[in-house]
Amino acid sequence: MLLGYTITQWLFGILSFLAIMFALMVVFSRNPVNSVLYLVMTFFCIAGHYLLLNAQFLAVVHIVVYAGAIMVLFLFVIMLMDLNEESEPQRSWLNKTIAAIAGGMLLFVMVGSLKGAGDLQLNQMGHSDIGLVKNLGKVLFKEFLFPFEIASILLLAALVGAIMIGKKDIK
Amino acid sequence: MQLTNRSKVVSNKEQSFMESLYLPAIAKGMLITFSHLFKKTPTVKYPEQTRPRAAVYRGQHVLKRDENGAERCTSCGLCAVSCPAEAITMESAERKKGEENLYREEKYAKTYEINMLRCIFCGLCEEACPKEAIFLTDRIVDTEFEREDFIYGKDKLVETVTERIDVSKRQTLEVAEFKKIPGLKHNNVFEGKNLNKGKK
Amino acid sequence: MLSFIIYKAIVCVCVFGLSLGVAAYSTWWERKFASFLQDRVGPDRAGPFGLLQPLADGGKMFFKEEIIPNVSNKFLFILGPSLFMITALMTGAVIPWAKDIVIDGKAYSWQITDINIGVLYLLGVASIGVYGIMIGGWASNNKFALLGAIRASSQMISYEIAMGIAIIALIITAGGTLSLREILAQQDAGVCNFVYQPLGFLIFFICALAETNRAPFDLPECESELVGGYHTEYSSMKLGLYLFAEYINMFVSSAIMAGFYFGGYNFPFAHELYNALGLQEGSIWISLIGFGAYFTKTCIFISVFMWVRWTLPRFRYDQLMNLGWRILLPLSLLNLAITVAVEYFFRGTIHF
Repeated sequence: MLLGYTITQWLFGILSFLAIMFALMVVFSRNPVNSVLYLVMTFFCIAGHYLLLNAQFLAVVHIVVYAGAIMVLFLFVIMLMDLNEESEPQRSWLNKTIAAIAGGMLLFVMVGSLKGAGDLQLNQMGHSDIGLVKNLGKVLFKEFLFPFEIASILLLAALVGAIMIGKKDIK
Repeated sequence: MQLTNRSKVVSNKEQSFMESLYLPAIAKGMLITFSHLFKKTPTVKYPEQTRPRAAVYRGQHVLKRDENGAERCTSCGLCAVSCPAEAITMESAERKKGEENLYREEKYAKTYEINMLRCIFCGLCEEACPKEAIFLTDRIVDTEFEREDFIYGKDKLVETVTERIDVSKRQTLEVAEFKKIPGLKHNNVFEGKNLNKGKK
Repeated sequence: MLSFIIYKAIVCVCVFGLSLGVAAYSTWWERKFASFLQDRVGPDRAGPFGLLQPLADGGKMFFKEEIIPNVSNKFLFILGPSLFMITALMTGAVIPWAKDIVIDGKAYSWQITDINIGVLYLLGVASIGVYGIMIGGWASNNKFALLGAIRASSQMISYEIAMGIAIIALIITAGGTLSLREILAQQDAGVCNFVYQPLGFLIFFICALAETNRAPFDLPECESELVGGYHTEYSSMKLGLYLFAEYINMFVSSAIMAGFYFGGYNFPFAHELYNALGLQEGSIWISLIGFGAYFTKTCIFISVFMWVRWTLPRFRYDQLMNLGWRILLPLSLLNLAITVAVEYFFRGTIHF
């Protein structure tokens, strides 16, 4: 217990602060490569949140899929297009104002909706085992079997499709 | 016509299934490298071990002294002329009175330099020398850090009186005997008219 | 609580030191082994058999001039090798090196942490390792470095898929656990997993070669076309970190292969040996013998990595991609299908 908060609460606070800070840095940094790297850091913070919720599987998969694969592709594109600070277009003041108003409204809506969600019964932190592989598997294969199978067939089809595209010889 | 039985007929036939797997070929290659684990290494670890060198090995030069300790070189310049790499330079001087124990003839080499970086160790200087003064030995030229250090002067080339360098094995007996014939200028045999006439 | 922290700290330091020590001596063994394969002597000047060569190399690395290209992003330029090194060292955290030691009824494991998703953790850290190369290659502001970085990352991503599927097949035979500790423990009684998964092992081995950027898949640092690949601009210890991390990766993937497919600290007739020596379960000697067995297996795998490197020529990049996507991926899917079918129909370990 530090200053009246448990370690979990402290970790939650620090991770949330970092996540929000890095998310802001994604938007504010001029260099697109830096933006991508800040986004990766944000993903790590969110993975940390999953760990706090005892959802280890989700945390690791989040890192593997988002930080390890998708962001690498982002980085690929940005590096190959050689985007840097100079090539960042300067937006006019009108654009910036409109973007600020639109973003502010989205924030307003989200804060409002979360305020109403305060009464919802949420799982107590760290006491739910739903995120463990075993329980997650049971839930997926018993309660949500049909949608899960549909999704997996879709992904398998995409995988096979990728191989088929690769198999076609370019002449 | 077949010249050797090692020649192979080039064919462009399709890969068979086993070949397209590559795995048998990879295993074969791996076995070949593995067999080399048990083979003897031919390496000679140089400073500790040296390969045997022949008595006529052409290494670092020596300027010989005669039996009395006088320098044999008379600075005739034949070695410099014969040198294909132009590595040898020398300056001559006249022997003064009282120096008879230092230099054998009236003329001697004041400076005598061999650039070891230019030298190709062909041994032509040794063959050209009419005075039996310069010889190549089975010593190896040292490594240096500066280019200037490879220009060997008399200080490094002339043998000391106390430590003579044995070159007796460098000549066949016949040659040594031939050179001993008194009054015979043996270099005249090669520069004489008989040979030149034939060529003209 | 305090004793637990001290014990874990000791384990951490041991694993850290082991990784670094093995990596250092891998550089020596790599050169020595190459020389044996090529009928040479190899490094033999520093100490007996050249055993002090890693120290000499390390000293040289530290004292070399440090060059940072002034056009590059300085922070990212330094971050690249650090990140690569960190991820390389992180992977060793979940490997159980031997059986637990029991002292006063308390079990002490030879593992930094046993997380129940250990296999996924390994894949996750491996996927983060790409960033070290990509950031370093990009921050060098050099076209060769960028090309090398892109080659490295696309190669690692491509081979991760086949590797993941091969691991899934392994997990099915190993009784459906993602914890490395349990995968190793279940090979204690029976035969090692290689017997059930020979094809899976072959796929995993090829993918491990590609993941660690070792020959014949060392295209990211292909000297003949890319100068030095992603570490072209690096010098001094930052280059040293890249090279070193590669060897740590090799060590960890060898350890994982030895553990996953060849039983780790288990070996044939282990129980008979322990009974003959009169050792009780939980004795420190059992752990030490087990650790010796595991370490020997790992060293053999490291040597096999080197053996492959000094035998096979480098692939062309399109051949590499063909092998990854057209051959290994379908092959690993086939392996998975066969594994599931065999497990369901013959061994009956899968229930619906």
